[in-house]
Amino acid sequence: MLSHIRTMWLVFLHLFRKKATIEYPEEKVKLHPRYKGRIVLTRDPDGGERCVGCYLCAVACPVDCIALQATEDEQGRRYPEFFRINFSRCIFCGYCEEACPTYAIQLIPDFEMAEYRRQDLVFEKEDLLINSQGKYPGYNYYKVAGMDAGVKAKGTGKNEDPPVDIHSLLP
Amino acid sequence: MTSAQHIWIVLGILFVLLNIAAGLIWVERRLLALFQDRLGPNRAGPLGILIVLADTLKLFFKEDWIPPFADRWVFILSPAIVVGAVLMSFVIIPFAPGIVVADLNIGLLFFLAMSSLAVYSIVLGGWASNNKYALLGALRGASQMIAYEVFMGLSLMGVVMMTGSMRMADIVNAQKEAWFILTQPLGAIIFFIAGIAETHRLPFDIPEAESELIAGYHAEYSGMKFGMFFIGEYLGITLISAMMVTVFFGGWLGPAFLPAWGWFFVKTFLFIGLFILLRASLPRPRYDQLIGYGWKLMLPLVLANLLITGAVLLLLKN
Repeated sequence: MLSHIRTMWLVFLHLFRKKATIEYPEEKVKLHPRYKGRIVLTRDPDGGERCVGCYLCAVACPVDCIALQATEDEQGRRYPEFFRINFSRCIFCGYCEEACPTYAIQLIPDFEMAEYRRQDLVFEKEDLLINSQGKYPGYNYYKVAGMDAGVKAKGTGKNEDPPVDIHSLLP
Repeated sequence: MTSAQHIWIVLGILFVLLNIAAGLIWVERRLLALFQDRLGPNRAGPLGILIVLADTLKLFFKEDWIPPFADRWVFILSPAIVVGAVLMSFVIIPFAPGIVVADLNIGLLFFLAMSSLAVYSIVLGGWASNNKYALLGALRGASQMIAYEVFMGLSLMGVVMMTGSMRMADIVNAQKEAWFILTQPLGAIIFFIAGIAETHRLPFDIPEAESELIAGYHAEYSGMKFGMFFIGEYLGITLISAMMVTVFFGGWLGPAFLPAWGWFFVKTFLFIGLFILLRASLPRPRYDQLIGYGWKLMLPLVLANLLITGAVLLLLKN
């Protein structure tokens, strides 16, 4: 019986506590840099698209909300012909970001993307691409890749040896 | 008093009571939220008070579905019984000197009779729903009612012995020197516990028990029929609070800086707040625990209270 009265008193004291509620539209919630919100496609330091159209994000997506079609330009650089994310399906799990080998697809701290029509939640490539390098500034996939896609010549990349002349007998 | 005045009093009390019952939706949700470190509904209107309007409109426009397997007429009738019975109990409550619907000389008895009729709505509603959860809720309601009604009536008898009258106005006037909470503390506490069980509020919401029986006896109700159970519950809280105030806390009596009805409402709202605090803080006992407490603890305590009150009254007389 006494413990009941003590419980009631302690609950009563909660009237005067600071409230945990954040009154959202007036007061914004603090989002940390690694918050998993809206998905974007980032660019490399030279302004080119980072995405190489490897489909790993589409494979990793547990709800199948990513669709893309890879293609190549005349210099052999791969890029997505279209890249479509259906945000009415997306669960913001971030598996696509983990799967991406070129840091192209990233989740950013923004969740305010409500729409009145469902179709408006389907984002095309021009909606997803941003003019920023996102969380990994300075990274350019084609600078460290072994291939020549118009960014650098073969064998001139970082930590890369010049190509071996396979017709020569000398080591 | 002319009959025109009387009609105005009846309509006024009905208007105020129904508005209080609706307003309690907001009061309860705000207070519960504050007890849980939240803010509660604060968007519609100043401080969110228009949530009452929104909730009522929502209830009115919801589909009012009667299950095909239900006993149709009993199903429709039972929500009306609870509101009717509780409103009938308000007949004898004096809000201020002269502001009372019927100053019956059997006031307390009338209150006990009418408020226990409300259990019919639970039993009939649960039975007519033809649903096993509803039926279990109704069974629990019936068994709980038998357990608490006995000590509820007896807990008020100490006051009746000291006043020598069951008329509510006499009981209030007998508290001019000392409120009955000072001379009948045990009776007051036990009446309050019985009152919680009577209104089926937490922690004694055993017939509803949403975590065990989904919603118990009103599991099949929707729309405004469910709303009637809701209003009935809030009217019940107001009724028990008003009875606590009238019988044990001096009714309309108080220092002159507030009018008589002002004191009555202030005290009543304090008790309504206590009801909400109880809901926020205490867990629900098992139904056999409540029945066990009722018969094995509360009933002997109340009988001892009666015995001691009688003995003291006899001593003072000689």
